[in-house]
Order: sequence, then structure tokens, then C-alpha cells
Amino acid sequence: MAATDFLRKRFMPHIWCPGCGHGIIMRALLTAIEKLDIEKNDIVMASGIGCSARMLGYIDVHTMHTLHGRALAFATGVKMARPDLTVVVPMGDGDALAIGGNHFIHAARRNIDMTAIVMNNSTYGMTGGQYSPTTGCGEYGTTAPYGTVVQPFDTVELATAAGASFIARTTTYHAREMARILADAIRHPGFSVVEVLTQCPTYYGRKNEKGDAVEMMERFRDCAVPVGPLDDNGRATAADVEAADASVETIPIGVFRKEVRAEYCDAYRRQVIEPAVAAASAAADAAGGDR
Amino acid sequence: MSTSRRIEVNPDWCKGCNVCVAFCPKQVLALDERGKAYVANIDACIWCRECELRCPDLAVTVVVERAS
Ligand SMILES: Cc1ncc(C[n+]2csc(CCOP(=O)(O)OP(=O)(O)O)c2C)c(N)n1
Ligand code: SF4
Ligand code: SF4
Ligand code: SF4
Repeated sequence: MAATDFLRKRFMPHIWCPGCGHGIIMRALLTAIEKLDIEKNDIVMASGIGCSARMLGYIDVHTMHTLHGRALAFATGVKMARPDLTVVVPMGDGDALAIGGNHFIHAARRNIDMTAIVMNNSTYGMTGGQYSPTTGCGEYGTTAPYGTVVQPFDTVELATAAGASFIARTTTYHAREMARILADAIRHPGFSVVEVLTQCPTYYGRKNEKGDAVEMMERFRDCAVPVGPLDDNGRATAADVEAADASVETIPIGVFRKEVRAEYCDAYRRQVIEPAVAAASAAADAAGGDR
Repeated sequence: MSTSRRIEVNPDWCKGCNVCVAFCPKQVLALDERGKAYVANIDACIWCRECELRCPDLAVTVVVERAS
């Protein structure tokens, strides 16, 4: 199968603007799914609202286009009912970290086995370029005509503190590596967060004079610094980042964390479902009735 | 056994963003007068697939056909 065999071709060309990075992420995800050789019927994708969330309209697996910020809650329901399915949730930075911030941190805390792709374009693209929790301090948006006065979230640090067990960052320039990381994230048995820095040339790019899609991707290329290899605890060593000149803008990329710890559905089955079923059947036996 | 390779650009999906042109390491691709990507110099292609992976509109396909 080719990666594009997972496309609902009848809906193409897609709605995204010329040069929008979201399409590059979709392509990388399809490549990852193809590489992992998962059946279409065994994958569920849930999304909220946003340009990013529109992705799953184009992907020919089981898809649920749900409420802004709430995709992880829907995905959690699916995963608990059918832990055998592979669950992937593409989200915008607003969807994941603003309106959906609470779902995000608690999904990470539970370590439920699914993959959240945070498509970070530093803005609310769909609604016209309002600033988001990842817009840099002093940067512009339609709701920040004088520049924002708050510092942005660092998605990797947030996911680390909340307890996600696989955490990575990459960019649309690094498309080949992105496909590899996404495959790794989907395979990982726990909550995986892959932040992809992506370009919204239409709003964020224009408001902040970052140029066209090519220039925005060149910036990703020029600023990216790979983090060091994982240590014995599955944490990235920061050597390469520290070695970089502090006066130059850097974007640390790569896998920051990869550790195996108790997964939610698995732990819940062992600790709650199995004892509850055993207790119910023991009670029925004690009552001596036919079941 | 012979292998034939080519690059296909789907003009109905291409939005002329220039990403494939700018990041091709061998200047194989260009935009035509309508702003659609086309293969301008296939002889220089090293079949690295960077264009296919980075096209935001999934409009580029590197086709490899093996015939025996
Ligand atoms: C409950 C609710 N509040 C607000 C909105 C309006 N809204 C739609 S998309 C969006 C933000 C989209 O930004 P992001 O999630 O970063 O995705 P992008 O469009 O940039 O890919 C907002 C605020 C909504 N649809 N539903
Ligand atoms: S508004 Fe921005 S995020 Fe939305 S499709 Fe256009 S470029 Fe992409
Ligand atoms: S990257 Fe894709 S959409 Fe952009 S010019 Fe090339 S073929 Fe067209
Ligand atoms: S395969 Fe590589 S060399 Fe050939 S057109 Fe694409 S980017 Fe250029």
C-alpha cells in the first residue's frame, strides 16, 4: 500500500491555504501508518476544531470530528472501550493547550495509550489569527495588535511535567524524521505527544513578517538543534542544546522522553475490571442461582 | 530487470506554494506560468523524495516501476 492509499481522495484538494504546513504533517502521518502496516479498520482518529482538526476528514480510517478541545476525552472513551484499537489525535496548539489544556494534561497523567500530535503554528488559524498559548512573547496576532505580553507554553516541558511517557518535537522541514517519530510514537505503549512546529503563512506568518511558507520552513531548518541521545531512564541528554550559542535562536528537536510505565487501560483492567468481575461472579455463585 | 522512475505532479492538487521547488537539492522542479509545479530537469534528479515528503498538498509522487 502507498501512503496516499489512506487518503479519501474524493475530498481532495484539501481546504488548507497554499503552503500551510498541516498537509506536510498529514503526509508524514500517512507514511507512518503505512510503515506500521496497521489495518484501516484498526485505527481511530479523533479531532476537535481548527484547521489542524480538519485533517481527519481526509484520512480513510475511523474518524470522529468532535468538539473544540475535547478530542482527547472522546478518544479516551474509545480507547477504554476498545483498547485493541490504535488511537491518534491531531490537535492545534489552541485546541490542545488552550481550550483543551485540561484534557491534555490529564491524558498525559493517565498515560493512556494514544498519540497526540500537537500541530503548533503559534496561532488560531481557523478563526483568523488570534494569538494562542504558544505565540511568542511580543509577537503579533489579530487579538494582539501591540504584541502579546505573556510567555508561551513550552509543549515539551508541559507534557513532561504532566507525565506523558513519549515526548518529541519536530518541524515540517524535517518531514522524513517526522514520519519516523510518528511511527515510534504510535508504537509506544502509553501517552505520546509529538509537537510539530508548522507554518501558518496566512496569519501567523503575515502578522509577524515571517515570510512565505518556504521562509518559515527555512527558519525551522536553520534553528533546529537535535537533542542528545536518551539516557538509561529514557530522558534526552541536553548536551547538544547547551553547546549551541545562546545568542542564536534555537529549536530543540528530537525525542525528549521515552519510558515505559503503567498504561491506563491496562492498569484499570487489572485493578478494577477483573476484580469486580471476579467479585460479581463469586457473589452469584454464593447465591447459588443459575447465571 | 529494469526500473523506470518518474516524478508526477497533480496540477489539480498543487497550490503553487513553491516548497518542492525551493527544497529540491538538484533544482529539478519549477513553477509554470500558471504557478503550478512541473518537472523541468529530470536528468538532475537523485530520487531522494524530499519533494514528495514536503509537498503540503500531497501533489507530488515519485513513481518507481520495476519491470522484469
Ligand atoms: C467551544 C468553542 N470555542 C471556540 C471555538 C472557535 N474556534 C474554532 S477553531 C479555534 C482555534 C483554532 O486554533 P488551533 O487549535 O491552534 O488550530 P489551527 O486552526 O491553528 O490549526 C477556535 C477558537 C469553537 N469552535 N468552539
Ligand atoms: S489559516 Fe493558517 S493554519 Fe489555517 S489553513 Fe491557512 S495557513 Fe493553514
Ligand atoms: S510543494 Fe506541492 S503544492 Fe507546493 S508548488 Fe510543489 S507541488 Fe505545488
Ligand atoms: S526526488 Fe529529490 S532530486 Fe528528485 S525532484 Fe524530488 S527533491 Fe528533487
